[in-house]
Amino acid sequence: MVEAIRDAMDVSMQRDDNVVVFGEDVGYFGGVFRCTQGLQQKFGTSRCFDTPISELGIVGVAVGMAAYGLRPCVEIQFADYMYPGYDQIVSEVARLRYRSNGEFTAPLVVRMPTGGGIFGGQTHSQSPEALFVHVAGLKTVVPSNPYDAKGLLIAAIEDNDPVIFLEPKRLYNGPFDGHHDRPVTPWSKHAQGEVPDGHYTVPLGKAAIRREGTAVTVLAYGTMVFVAEAAAAETGIAAEVIDLRTLLPYDLETIVASVEKTGRCVIVHEATLTGGYGAELAALVQERCFYSLEAPIARVTGWDTPYPHAQEWDYFPGPARVGRALKAVMEA
Amino acid sequence: MSDAGRLSFHVPAPAVRPGGTPDFSDVKISPAGEVRRPEVDVAAEEIRDLAYSIIRVLNREGEAVGPWTGQLSKDELLEGLRHMMTLRAFDARMLMAQRQGKTSFYMQHMGEEAVSCAFRKALAPGDMNFPTYRQAGLLIAGGYPMAKMMSQIYSNELDPLKGRQLPIMYSSREHGFFSISGNLGTQFVQAVGWAMASAIKRDTKIAAGWIGDGSTAESDFHAALVFASTYKAPVVLNIVNNQWAISTFQGIARGGSGTFAARGLGFGIPALRVDGNDYLAVHAVAKWAAERARRNLGPTVIEYVTYRVGAHSTSDDPTAYRPKTESDAWPLGDPVLRLKQHLIRLGAWSEERHKQAEAEILATVIETQKEAEAHGTLHSGPHPSARDMFEGVYETMPSHLRRQRQQAGV
Repeated sequence: MVEAIRDAMDVSMQRDDNVVVFGEDVGYFGGVFRCTQGLQQKFGTSRCFDTPISELGIVGVAVGMAAYGLRPCVEIQFADYMYPGYDQIVSEVARLRYRSNGEFTAPLVVRMPTGGGIFGGQTHSQSPEALFVHVAGLKTVVPSNPYDAKGLLIAAIEDNDPVIFLEPKRLYNGPFDGHHDRPVTPWSKHAQGEVPDGHYTVPLGKAAIRREGTAVTVLAYGTMVFVAEAAAAETGIAAEVIDLRTLLPYDLETIVASVEKTGRCVIVHEATLTGGYGAELAALVQERCFYSLEAPIARVTGWDTPYPHAQEWDYFPGPARVGRALKAVMEA
Repeated sequence: MSDAGRLSFHVPAPAVRPGGTPDFSDVKISPAGEVRRPEVDVAAEEIRDLAYSIIRVLNREGEAVGPWTGQLSKDELLEGLRHMMTLRAFDARMLMAQRQGKTSFYMQHMGEEAVSCAFRKALAPGDMNFPTYRQAGLLIAGGYPMAKMMSQIYSNELDPLKGRQLPIMYSSREHGFFSISGNLGTQFVQAVGWAMASAIKRDTKIAAGWIGDGSTAESDFHAALVFASTYKAPVVLNIVNNQWAISTFQGIARGGSGTFAARGLGFGIPALRVDGNDYLAVHAVAKWAAERARRNLGPTVIEYVTYRVGAHSTSDDPTAYRPKTESDAWPLGDPVLRLKQHLIRLGAWSEERHKQAEAEILATVIETQKEAEAHGTLHSGPHPSARDMFEGVYETMPSHLRRQRQQAGV
């Protein structure tokens, strides 16, 4: 998936001189996750460069550049580090088009590795997507595989609105179904690891059905797509797993069609429960599908604690927890 | 306990509070004409003294003296005077309009007119300002229609921002005036980004960032200086030190640093301090910094030493925290009166012509105001629709917003 993300930036930078890439360790070294490796050599230091350690500065200068006419695609090293830049994202990036009545816009992408599963403790494991989805004016994307990552990132860079692009870091080197004690499968052995050369997009705002089923709908994104698939396979429940891909704008039609078909819904995410994106999904499903529901909607999420270190697998909502929720919803 | 004894906690305080006698004896004023004018390619460390002195051109007699005198013609000076007088008249009318309930909020420039009016004349077409809420002189001196400003203030049917922004948070790309955020300091670093983009694209345009003395304490200020310094961005970083951040005197944000300009020195950025009430000095220093930026020599920090004569905003009452007569004691005088005096001394102006101009300008402002008010004020007449509220959040309205708009019945 790292290569797919890099390729998306490479393709975009080739097609549009206004695309610039920068962030901490992003230039010469190519990023701590290597997502920008080779871009500086290929496009020069004016197009891809290292920045001071200032997330505020990274996002702040990106706003100015976007107002000028560039399309910055910036990296925040970990989503956990984005808070110094959060004011710029919320107060400036998100509102610029609105407050200037379209005279100035911020067509920029803020990429950040998100989520747990790597023993990163509380400073390298957070999933702050709800903090972005809650802000009017932003689009929030979470890819779950290399094919989508490339297509969604190109679409995000080409989008005329600001996009927060959250990359589940546990998926960088292969799909992860939550079975942390099993060997890692590389993306090369996975169907969605196939990434076409050149330009293509995956449209923002469209979900994908990863596993068809009739018994229960599972709404997931990022790493949890694979956890949900594993839980469905292991419980033998005919779950339909929907990979949301874009959290805002969301694909309500796909969600509603599935829940109306299955009559049951389980929502899974790594982020904390309270006030999380799952709460929004639950509310939407309740509003739209109340008369189709045969059981209460269930949520399986990270606990409402800071992300722990040693207790990584007690915290991470793995296939066993998701499986229990599937069974409970089926029995309700 | 050690020999040093117990610690004590230090909180800076202004010299005088309400009821006291205004005292600016601690503001060291350099005599007009005294501060040297270095070449624009000078290294920051060679002009450290300029971050502590005050560049001044107009002396007490109204003469333009010293190396920063500049080349403004009489006509340009007369135009500058007219811009400042217009801004002052505009402020007076809009303050009154706010008191009459025609808008919710207003912020005036009284005492600070020279800073934005003179700075604007140092820029070239295509340059971009990232202003705060007290630089409307950039628009007035840049030829932006006053009626549009008023329509924005009134949030009426001609408001270019469709009623979405607080009064005075203007935006005009065409006039080099970036949309005002209203959040403090955020735009300082954006100006640096705009300038970096101009350099990346091998353009010729430069940017100007604006911030107040109080907001220099924000992290955005420091990020701006780091990025500007690192990438030698073609940007002029303006700090308007008007002594007061609402009720907080400048010493709270400045701390132990002698001046705000001196903050630039640690970043290796040339830093100048200028008499903000001296139109000629502001223009000359702005020109110097703009030339540095345009010649790819990098950023400049400028501190404008001025005084906020009026309240912070229409929601503020300065008599609660500073002596009523403090503005009269401000040692750098009034920018309009000083330029007027200079022009009279040059033989280009007179008391009579000044009075006449004041009346003419006021009449124009009132006429424009009537024109704007015919299109509505905040609570009466035509105004942007509730439908406009839902537009422009995104380029294309997403379905969840469409549903909400339907729900709102608009």
